[in-house]
Amino acid sequence: MEDKVMTGVQSKTSLGHALDIEGMSRNRDGAVGDEPIALEVQGLNLYYAEKQALRDISLTIPQKKVTAFIGPSGCGKSTLLRCFNRMNDLIDGCRTEGAIRLYGRNIYDADVDAAQLRRRIGMVFQKPNPFPKSIYENVAYGLRLAGISKKRLLDETVEWALKGAALWEEVKDRLEDSALGLSGGQQQRLVIARAIAIQPEVILLDEPCSALDPIATLKIEELMNELKANYTIVIVTHNMQQAARVSDYTAFMYLGDMVEYGDTDQIFTKPAKKQTEDYITGRYG
Amino acid sequence: MDKPLISQHISRQFNVELEDVRQRVLAMGGLVEQQIADATRALVESDGTLGQEVSRADHKVNGLEVYIDEECSRILARRQPTASDLRLVVAVIKTITDLERIGDEADRIARMATDLAAQERIPASYVEIGHLSKHVQQMVHSALDAFARMDPEAALAVAREDAAVDREYEALLRQCMTYMMEDPRTIRHVMDLIWSVRALERIGDHARNIAEYVIYFVKGKDVRHISLEQMEKEVKQ
Repeated sequence: MEDKVMTGVQSKTSLGHALDIEGMSRNRDGAVGDEPIALEVQGLNLYYAEKQALRDISLTIPQKKVTAFIGPSGCGKSTLLRCFNRMNDLIDGCRTEGAIRLYGRNIYDADVDAAQLRRRIGMVFQKPNPFPKSIYENVAYGLRLAGISKKRLLDETVEWALKGAALWEEVKDRLEDSALGLSGGQQQRLVIARAIAIQPEVILLDEPCSALDPIATLKIEELMNELKANYTIVIVTHNMQQAARVSDYTAFMYLGDMVEYGDTDQIFTKPAKKQTEDYITGRYG
Repeated sequence: MDKPLISQHISRQFNVELEDVRQRVLAMGGLVEQQIADATRALVESDGTLGQEVSRADHKVNGLEVYIDEECSRILARRQPTASDLRLVVAVIKTITDLERIGDEADRIARMATDLAAQERIPASYVEIGHLSKHVQQMVHSALDAFARMDPEAALAVAREDAAVDREYEALLRQCMTYMMEDPRTIRHVMDLIWSVRALERIGDHARNIAEYVIYFVKGKDVRHISLEQMEKEVKQ
């Protein structure tokens, strides 16, 4: 497993910057303690028409760490996650105030291209959603969109991404088979491979394991652990044990408020707020 | 933060399980207190029969330890407790280890009592030993009370008491040495008494440990291996 990831990292550098997206300079200043910040949310309010779904959210998401959002249904955690790559833009009547900065640059600025932003911040959904194409084409899709057509570079990147998603060994002999023939867990890893193929900086995972069996879940969790060497990962999960297992930082949200945000170890052994305690120990709110 | 609550889980079965564990720790504590009291009485009153009874009853303490341990493992495996629930289970696992050791110390005193009762009684510090025993029994009782009421202040008071017990122990040791110097024929007898005094002092240490677990459970702070002043600061925060 470890070897595969090592190769992944090496070929990532050999790939060069074929996919470098211009126009967004990276500012690596600003850190929480020693941690460089990838994303910074400041005073974020979000309304679906009249209804306020997020209230004055401010937090920083450290680079190359796993940050988990937990909270009961309807608390706004998925809404917040979707703000990070502006998926909420697609919803009618949705309005946001405040700022989300990716390496210092507000992604809600008028001149930021949402499509380009989504290349830097990839997303994986609850249900695996592979395209009805071959395994190879699923991973190559985003690369072709980015204008890469050289067969050798495509082959190399598809292999690298599939290795990075810990799927290569299982599919290397049937890359031309339909992706829909894969198991749920394999499909989810394929989708993750598709997301990392275009080398985003941040990967957003919205309940990535809720449709998977426990073994497939553990594989995805293991994958997150490996991916965080190169990517910043933000995950929304209903499974608190999963948040406890995979994340470095945990944020607990309730009714659109960020109740508590801190070290996962601390949140799960000694939360500071009673609301957090009640939620993670399964008590009446 | 408020005191942790054992009840009020959405899963009522979980409430029942945690409450059961808590009750059994208190029951084990009560049994252990009785064992110390009986062992001391056997020693002070040279009652060999009572000493043997205490030794025979030690298996009850051991049995409770094993039972509660299994119960805690089961809760960890099936409930994956977090936050104060997790701290409660961890504190219980540690507490019962100390209670079991206290039981062993009581057994040790009882065996000395049985041996000594078979010998000719000598004038020695029996009254003072009885007093030290009362003192450590009170510590064990207060530590369990702090556990039952989830009261970190009360736990802190137990930790403070440990220093007083240590002083009493030192004083008793000096007395015992004086007896041995005055009349070397008592050495064997007094040596056995010293072992008992030492066992009582150890019980005080175990009671302090239990008090520390109570503070960990309630406040989420590990106060082992720090000075009393630091401990006070942590509890007050």
